[in-house]
Amino acid sequence: MLDHHSHFPLLKRLYEGQALQYFDNAATTPKPQMVIDAINDYYNLHNANVHRGPNFLAEEATDLYEGARAKVAKFIGAESEEIIFTSGATFGLNLVARSWGEQNLKKGDVIALSRAEHHANLVPWLQLKEKIGIEIKYIELNDDGTLSLDSLDKIFDQSKLRLIAVTLASNVLGQYYNLETVIKRAQAQGVIIVIDAAQAIAHRPLDVKTLGADFVSFSGHKLFAPSGIGVLYGRKGLLDSMPAFLGGGNMISEVLAQSFSSAVLPNKFEAGTPNIEGAIALGAAIDFIKKIGWKEIISREEELSKYFIQVIKKLDFVKVLGGEEERLPVFALSLNGLHPHDAADLLGERGIIVRAGHHCAQSLHDYLKVKASLRASLSFYNTKEEIDRFVVALSEIKQIFKA
Amino acid sequence: MDIYAQNILDHYQRPRHRGRMTNADVSFQELNRSCGDDITVFVKMKDDLIANISFEGDGCAISVAMVSILSEEMIGKTKEYVLSLGLDDLQKLLGIKISPRRSKCALISLRAIQGALNSL
Repeated sequence: MLDHHSHFPLLKRLYEGQALQYFDNAATTPKPQMVIDAINDYYNLHNANVHRGPNFLAEEATDLYEGARAKVAKFIGAESEEIIFTSGATFGLNLVARSWGEQNLKKGDVIALSRAEHHANLVPWLQLKEKIGIEIKYIELNDDGTLSLDSLDKIFDQSKLRLIAVTLASNVLGQYYNLETVIKRAQAQGVIIVIDAAQAIAHRPLDVKTLGADFVSFSGHKLFAPSGIGVLYGRKGLLDSMPAFLGGGNMISEVLAQSFSSAVLPNKFEAGTPNIEGAIALGAAIDFIKKIGWKEIISREEELSKYFIQVIKKLDFVKVLGGEEERLPVFALSLNGLHPHDAADLLGERGIIVRAGHHCAQSLHDYLKVKASLRASLSFYNTKEEIDRFVVALSEIKQIFKA
Repeated sequence: MDIYAQNILDHYQRPRHRGRMTNADVSFQELNRSCGDDITVFVKMKDDLIANISFEGDGCAISVAMVSILSEEMIGKTKEYVLSLGLDDLQKLLGIKISPRRSKCALISLRAIQGALNSL
């Protein structure tokens, strides 16, 4: 295996003399040097507001910002005007719920979510339910974490079904969902499809046109870019028909004393000065992914996943939530006789960064009847040696609590 | 390792006063859903002093040890005294310094007892 640790300055840090082992990639990834350099270069050389000043600096900043949009568009198979820069996946999902939802849904309309949704793709819809009285139905999960086909049949039987908002990969179960059938059925019934790609985006290539999604939202910071930048893809016809979300500078075509008209896409949905350096750095993160290559990323992650599942079975107090097929290297572990919070704290003392709790998927934990879990989420740069170190450390920590 | 000092492990593994109290004056549940902690406290008063405390539920080592220690130490104390306690007092009782990332674990146990007393 190639050593990919060297791309990430964070991984050179020691904690009390121990190597830092980062197993919290589902929360946020470390940033490669080339992403950090892109932010530095922007501030050192090109700092200016975009789309505004008639000077060379503003032109450079605008070119870099719009260049990043073009990179994102190409990365997911979209047109540049279909790419809205947001603050993250959460913002994009809220934008769809508020702008499309409030314009198109009325009391009694049905929307469906999967049981595996992160709070970001759940709470905006609950808010819409409170506001206009839509009904929320759930796509049930099979024991292996996949979507129940019986349950989908029942969802598609709903005559008032208007929208399905579903994750492409679960941040708890690690399941990567094959949404092809769901989307085909949705298209046939004129049901809008919203995809939360926050977790999937750093692990598998995404082509929005092949997928056939109407909206796709993801964050930069889970894709090796900084926090505070994200992307909402929307099908052009839909974005054109929707009212602007936030009002302010940049999003207008004309402002009069008593009225305004919105700008064309994508500016219509980007009110105010955007996160310019974040967008540019997201472009650099996409360059980074391309440099590593999907083939390398996918083959390493599959190898790491198989190895993790194999060696974690040696620990009889640990149960991996979800199935073993079609999964990302994201493992939420249910622990017997050891509280996840204690485990995560003591793993941290050994330099191993993991997360404990419900990982912003409380209703999924309730559904699985697990109070809290310990999550080890890997990325292509992690190694089998790190998995071994994790298993040994977890086993030692369990011994401390042995009554 | 100091947060898993012998005293804390002892209270975590053999918690004192664990169980439902049938003749309690009041009970109170405190949840920390993001950690998976769920502590319910039962309190019995006598002559304006705490006569007995017990608890049910699950939590991490810090939260369970904390409620176990408090269930012993707060007997004979007044409601006003318990309501005046804060994180510094809990650190003294635990005998260790609690890092910011674990302070809510200790506080959930105190909040449960304070919640019960406020419901009297």
